[in-house]
Amino acid sequence: MKWGKVLRLFAVIIAVAVIAVASTQPIFPNVKWLPLTKEIPLGLDLQGGVHVTLEAKDTPQAKVNDETMKQLLQTIERRVNAFGVSEPIIQQEGKNRIIVELAGIKDPEKAVNEIIKTAFLEFKTEDGKTILTGADLKNAVESKDPVSGAVEVDLEFNKEGTEKFASVTSTNVGKRIAILLDGQVLQNPVVQEPITGGKARITGYNSLEEAHTIAVLLKSGALPLKAEVIEKRTVGPTLGADSLDKSIKAGIIGVIAILAFMLGYYRVPGLVANFALVVYALIVLGIFAAMHVVLTLPGIAAFLLSMGMAVDANVIIFERLKEELKSGKTLRSAIDAGFKRAFVAVLDSNVTTLIAAAVLFYYGSGPIKSFAVALSVGILTSMFTAITFTRWMLHNTADTGIKNTKLYGA
Amino acid sequence: MFHIIKTRKIYYILSLAIIILGIVSLLTRGLNLGIDFTGGNLVELRFKNPTTVENVRAALADYNLEDSKIQSSGENTYLIRTKVLSQQESDKAFNGISEKLGGATMLRNELVGPVIGKELTRQALLALGIASVLMVLYITWRFEFLQAIAAIGALLHDVLVMVGMASLLQIEIDSSFVAAVLTIIGYSINDTIVIFDRIRENLRQNRKEELADLVNKSLWQTMARSINTVLTVVFVLLALFFFGGTTIHNFVTLLLIGIISGAYSSIFNASPIWYDLRRLQRERKRSVKAAA
Repeated sequence: MKWGKVLRLFAVIIAVAVIAVASTQPIFPNVKWLPLTKEIPLGLDLQGGVHVTLEAKDTPQAKVNDETMKQLLQTIERRVNAFGVSEPIIQQEGKNRIIVELAGIKDPEKAVNEIIKTAFLEFKTEDGKTILTGADLKNAVESKDPVSGAVEVDLEFNKEGTEKFASVTSTNVGKRIAILLDGQVLQNPVVQEPITGGKARITGYNSLEEAHTIAVLLKSGALPLKAEVIEKRTVGPTLGADSLDKSIKAGIIGVIAILAFMLGYYRVPGLVANFALVVYALIVLGIFAAMHVVLTLPGIAAFLLSMGMAVDANVIIFERLKEELKSGKTLRSAIDAGFKRAFVAVLDSNVTTLIAAAVLFYYGSGPIKSFAVALSVGILTSMFTAITFTRWMLHNTADTGIKNTKLYGA
Repeated sequence: MFHIIKTRKIYYILSLAIIILGIVSLLTRGLNLGIDFTGGNLVELRFKNPTTVENVRAALADYNLEDSKIQSSGENTYLIRTKVLSQQESDKAFNGISEKLGGATMLRNELVGPVIGKELTRQALLALGIASVLMVLYITWRFEFLQAIAAIGALLHDVLVMVGMASLLQIEIDSSFVAAVLTIIGYSINDTIVIFDRIRENLRQNRKEELADLVNKSLWQTMARSINTVLTVVFVLLALFFFGGTTIHNFVTLLLIGIISGAYSSIFNASPIWYDLRRLQRERKRSVKAAA
């Protein structure tokens, strides 16, 4: 035994162990980016939330084009922001689609309903003429009458709207003016006198919350186009947490099985490979955290699958090592020859898998994309650790003087 | 150790038998297509009180949805697949059912319009085609064209086995099916390449050896690796299968079928097919020479 080399080996093992614990356990509360696992955002399927694909349809007033799509996108953005969801994703896809993703909301169904409400406000005279629309609004706020306790939405018109409203109310004294939202009559009051102040109100709400929703919709403006839900995936927070727990548990069991198998079958190199696997997992974790790769259920599956591939690279190398040892080479030269000859196989086999992952990334959407990203990161990292770290560790182990080739599986 | 190349007809027959079984099932039973392809609503409800499929169906009848597919997916938890419902319709129906049966939590609610399914199918086929072409190009560059053809043959075998088994076991096909198939393609090719790599090396070192023996030797030299790799992946997949929760169950099942099929085809189909192709090519050359 060469004790200096043994010490070096121990130092590496301890360093990796410290990094592993710090990356996954909250032991340094003062360091912002630790544990690393906290930096990896969870997908909708793991924390609950909703993914909606909306398709814009022509309306009698407006056709789908770049201009109206931009307006639609902005209106939806205003609404989502007003509902107070953190880090929403709102993006256009193709010519006429919009994807909205809201993570971690309590009532996803309600949110979807409110996002796609047209919210087209109209004031109509008795003969059915539209005199004002939501476009004439300057502001809309919910309020509660302190005396009667009645909940209402107070409307304030812009300058043009104020003038129009004043002229219409003065010619319609004694007649009714209807207030409609999305074609439904909300109120139909009789005009008592001309209203010149540019204000109106809608009453009859049950709660302040209900009035707030309406106020938000009115303020964000009507959707310029009809938005139809063509795809929606809602995951309740219960199911999300459940999936996360279960896949972590499954992952741990699977990894323990791999570790036990490698140790039993390959002995010393197996131990080195297992150690390399821990390093591999940490690197992948670090890349996920640095790139903010969104972790989804398929992503976890891909990560676990790539563990299998990481082992595979080592398996190829060790099988070679065994052969080289059997052919009578010394340990050191067998390690070098084994790596050299195994590398071609590892490279060619991984490139073909990367091709599949790249195609998946390009053509897939949502969870499938996340699967492809996790798989690609996994494959590249596994190649890297197999040809750098495993090799280095094997040399280190050989240097310590453990020279019994039986321990290397020969 | 048996001679894999000399006994190759057995493996061809075994593969063909499984594929034919799958095709028969495809033609008679078809695929169990999920809402991703057919369009529709999928709702998972966890009821507060114990209930039965019959009760859920009776409650659905109030909304003319009694012909929906209802399936228990856990304790007091039911998966309900209906036709395409609008946002309002689905709200009304599922709030109504929840109220009628004493309260329920909506675990998930998925709606897929009929357009999406068509796009998905088109994209899946396109992805498969492009991935295959790129792999043929890569293998032709690194190895040779006949090996690329043999590898793609083995890959086609795996896809057919997966689709056939999905039909036979009536596993629901959703968008993750495409991911499962492409992953298996990557894996299967991976296995095949490692074997071809060994053949390439042996060919360089020993040009005189009978091709059948050389291929056989290469297969046995890589056998431990082929089996060990599959085993480690199977460990992970089995863990996910038994402990991983219901949402990825179908995905994992398909991967398991694919991995086993992929390992089999890499060892028992790809190299034998290449051997036969190579033999045919030589015979043709010889007959051309003889004619001249």
